[in-house]
Amino acid sequence: MTQILMPALSPTMEEGNLAKWHVKVGDAIEPGQVIAEIETDKATMEVEAVDEGTVTALLVEEGAQGVKVNTPIAVLDDGSARAATPPPLAGEVRAKRGEGGRPLSQPATRPDSSPARGGASSATDPEVPAGVQMVKITVRDALRDAMAEEMRRDPDVFLMGEEVAQYQGAYKVSRDLLQEFGPERVVDTPITEHGFAGLGVGAAMSGLKPIVEFMTWNFAMQAIDHIINSAAKTLYMSGGQIKSSIVFRGPNGAAARVAAQHSQDYSSWYSHVPGLIVIAPYDAADAKGLLKAAIRNPNPVVFLEHEMLYGQEFEIPDVKDWVVPIGKAKVRREGGDVTITAHSRMVGLALKAAEQLANEGIEAEVVDLRTLRPLDTATIVESVKKTSRLVTVEEGWGQNGIGAEVAARVVAEAFDYLDAPPARVHQVDAPLAYAANLEALALPSVEKIVDAVKAVTYRS
Amino acid sequence: MAQAAQKPNGKHTAEASKDELFQYYRDMLLIRRFEERAGQLYGMGLIGGFCHLYIGQEAVVVGMQAALRDGDQVITAYRDHGHMLAAGMSANGVMAELTGRRDGYSKGKGGSMHMFSIEKAFYGGHGIVGAQVSLGTGIAFSNKYRKDGKVCLTYFGDGAANQGQVYESFNMASLWKLPVVYIIENNQYAMGTAIQRSSSETHLYKRGISFNIPGEEVDGMDVVAVREAGRRAVERARAGEGPYLLEMKTYRYRGHSMSDPAKYRTKEEVEAMKTKHDPIEHVKKLLIDAGYASEEELKNIDRDIRAVVTDSAEFAQKSPEPDPSELLTDVYIEA
Repeated sequence: MTQILMPALSPTMEEGNLAKWHVKVGDAIEPGQVIAEIETDKATMEVEAVDEGTVTALLVEEGAQGVKVNTPIAVLDDGSARAATPPPLAGEVRAKRGEGGRPLSQPATRPDSSPARGGASSATDPEVPAGVQMVKITVRDALRDAMAEEMRRDPDVFLMGEEVAQYQGAYKVSRDLLQEFGPERVVDTPITEHGFAGLGVGAAMSGLKPIVEFMTWNFAMQAIDHIINSAAKTLYMSGGQIKSSIVFRGPNGAAARVAAQHSQDYSSWYSHVPGLIVIAPYDAADAKGLLKAAIRNPNPVVFLEHEMLYGQEFEIPDVKDWVVPIGKAKVRREGGDVTITAHSRMVGLALKAAEQLANEGIEAEVVDLRTLRPLDTATIVESVKKTSRLVTVEEGWGQNGIGAEVAARVVAEAFDYLDAPPARVHQVDAPLAYAANLEALALPSVEKIVDAVKAVTYRS
Repeated sequence: MAQAAQKPNGKHTAEASKDELFQYYRDMLLIRRFEERAGQLYGMGLIGGFCHLYIGQEAVVVGMQAALRDGDQVITAYRDHGHMLAAGMSANGVMAELTGRRDGYSKGKGGSMHMFSIEKAFYGGHGIVGAQVSLGTGIAFSNKYRKDGKVCLTYFGDGAANQGQVYESFNMASLWKLPVVYIIENNQYAMGTAIQRSSSETHLYKRGISFNIPGEEVDGMDVVAVREAGRRAVERARAGEGPYLLEMKTYRYRGHSMSDPAKYRTKEEVEAMKTKHDPIEHVKKLLIDAGYASEEELKNIDRDIRAVVTDSAEFAQKSPEPDPSELLTDVYIEA
C-alpha cells in the first residue's frame, strides 16, 4: 500500500484545494496518469500518479479546501504489503520547472474566481474612518485591485512585464487585468529586464505612467541602471524638466528554498538613492493604499512586495478609494519597553515576537516603516523616546542596511533617551542557502527578535 | 516582410532647393562654430568635466532634422550639442549649461551630457552608453499608445551598437511596430577602439536583420543623402510599419572627448576626411556650383553665425552660477 500525498506546486505553497478527482476507488492507474486537479490561489494544476496500482481509498473529498501539503489524499494498492511510508511525494505535479529559475506556478487554465470576502467587522485602526466596514482580502488581490482602480481612473496608467497579461501574472497579481483593459494597457514583454525597464522609463519621460512589474526584484539587477541613472536622476539633471512617474514593482526578498540568486532583499539598495521613493508594505490595506498612492505619485517609485505575503488574508477598509500616504510609518502595536522597527514580511515576525514577549512581561512597540524612502524618522524617534530601547528587524543583510540607518538616526536624534545600544536583527552575512536548515538559520526569526529584545532590555 | 539590409545605391540623385541648401549650410555651420568655441572655453577652464564635440558629424543631425515634423522627438547620448542646436534649442541655453550656469537648459545641474527641452521635443542628452536606445524606444511606445502620429529619432554610436539593451530594444520595437528610427552615427571609433577591433560585423546597418528591422547605409557626410534616407525611414515608422535602422558613415575630427589626443588614428586619415569629405564644404560647393551663392554671401553667413556664437559664449560667462538653494531642488516633485 502507498499513500498519495498532497503535493506542493510551488516553493511557497502550503495548502490548496482538491478541485477534482479523475479516479475513483477500484480504478487501476499507471504512472503519468492524471489523477486529480489541485487549485491554489495562483493556479490550477494536474496531479499525476508516480506509481502504478489500484486506488483503494480517496482520503480527501472532491472540493475540499485548504488541504495542507503532504496530507495523505489517497491510498494506492501497488502490490506491496508494507505499510505506507509518508515521505516525499507520491503524486507529482505535471509541472515543468520554469527555465532560468523562473517561478513554478503553471499556466492557470482557470483563473480563480473573485477573492474571498467576508468576515466583516468594524475598523479600530485610527487611519480608518469610524464606522467603516472591514473586509478580508489577500495581499495579492489588494495589489491587483489597486492597479485596476488606478487604471480605471487614469488612461495613462498601464502595466508591463513578463507574463502579466495572458498568463495573468507569474504570481497572479495581475489576474483579469488583460480582460478588463486589453493588450494595449496590459503588455506582455519578452524576458528582457534591462530593455523593458528602459522602455518604461522612456514612456514615463514622455508622459505616460507605467507600472513595470519585475517577476522578482532579483531579475531587476539587469535593469538597475535605468532605475537609478535614468529614472531617479533625470529630474535633477534636467533642472526639473523631465519627469518619470513610474512604479517598479514585484516580489522582493526570500521566498522559500529558492537559494541565493532568487532570495535577495533590495530594501537598502534602492533606499540609498535620492530621487527614488521606496515602499515595502506588510498587510493588504497598506499594499493597496500605498500602491494606489505610488501610481499617482509623480516620482519614480520602487515598490517592494513579498511573495510569502501574497496569499495572506488581512482586513481592509471597505471604502471606495483607499489611499495610504507615502512616507508615514505605522505603529502596529503599542508598548513601553522596547521599539521594534520592521517592514514587509518582518512586521509579521515582529508582531509575533511582541506577543511572546508580552507573556514574559515585556511590552514591545512595533513600528512598521512601510515607506523606506523617505523614512519616517519622527515616528521612530518618538517611539524610542518613550521606550528607550531599539531593535531593528530586516530580511536583508546587516551592513549598510535599513537597521543601520534607523539606528544611526535614533542615535543622532535620541541619544540621551537610549538605555541600551540599539540591536539589529538581519540575515546572516552570507548568500542565502538552499538547504532548509541553513536557510532558516540565515533569516531573521521570531526567536531571534525575542532574543534581541531581551538583550536590549537586559532580560536574557 | 524581412527587407534585406542595403548598401547605398552609389551616388544619390536627390535634389535640394536653394533655400534648403542655405538652411543646411547655416545649421551645420552653427554647430561647427559653436563646437569650436566650446572647445576654446574648455581650454580656458570655463567648461568642466566631460565635453564631447560633434565637429565633422554635422550633416547627420541637420539632415535628419529636415526629415521630421513638429512634435517628433529626438534622443541621443552624450555627444549631443549638435542635436540640440539642430532641434532648435538656443545656443545661449546650451552654452550656459556647458559653463554650469543658471540660465543653462538644466539650470547648471546637467552639463554637456545632460540637457533636455520638452518644448523642442529633445529628450537628452544621456551619459550611459546605450541607455538612450531603450528610452527612445519607450518614447516611441508612448507615441503608439497615444496614437499621436509622432516618431522618435533615437541616435547612438558605433560603440553603443555593441550594448545588449540595444538589441532588447530592437526586439520590442519590431515586435510592437513602434514608431522609432534608429540612427547609428558610425564615426568609426568607439572612444579609442576602431570598429574592426570591436565589432564582429562592421556593417552596422545589418544589425537589425534578425529583428526584421530593415537597415540602410548612408553617406553621413552628405546632408541631402541623410535627409532622403531619413524621410524614407521616418515615413515608414509614421505609417505604423515599425522601426528602421540607418547607419550613418561619418567621422569626428576631434578626439572622443577633450582629454583624448586621438593617437589611435593617423593625422593623414583625419586630414583626408577634412579635405575630401567635409560635410560643410560639400554644401558650400553645391551652393556655389549651382550659382545659388557667391563666396561673399557665404562669408556673410559665416560672420553672422560667429556673432551668434560669440554672444552665446558671453551669455554663458555672464550668467550666474546656480543659487545654492538649487542644491536640493528637482530631486523630487511635490506630490
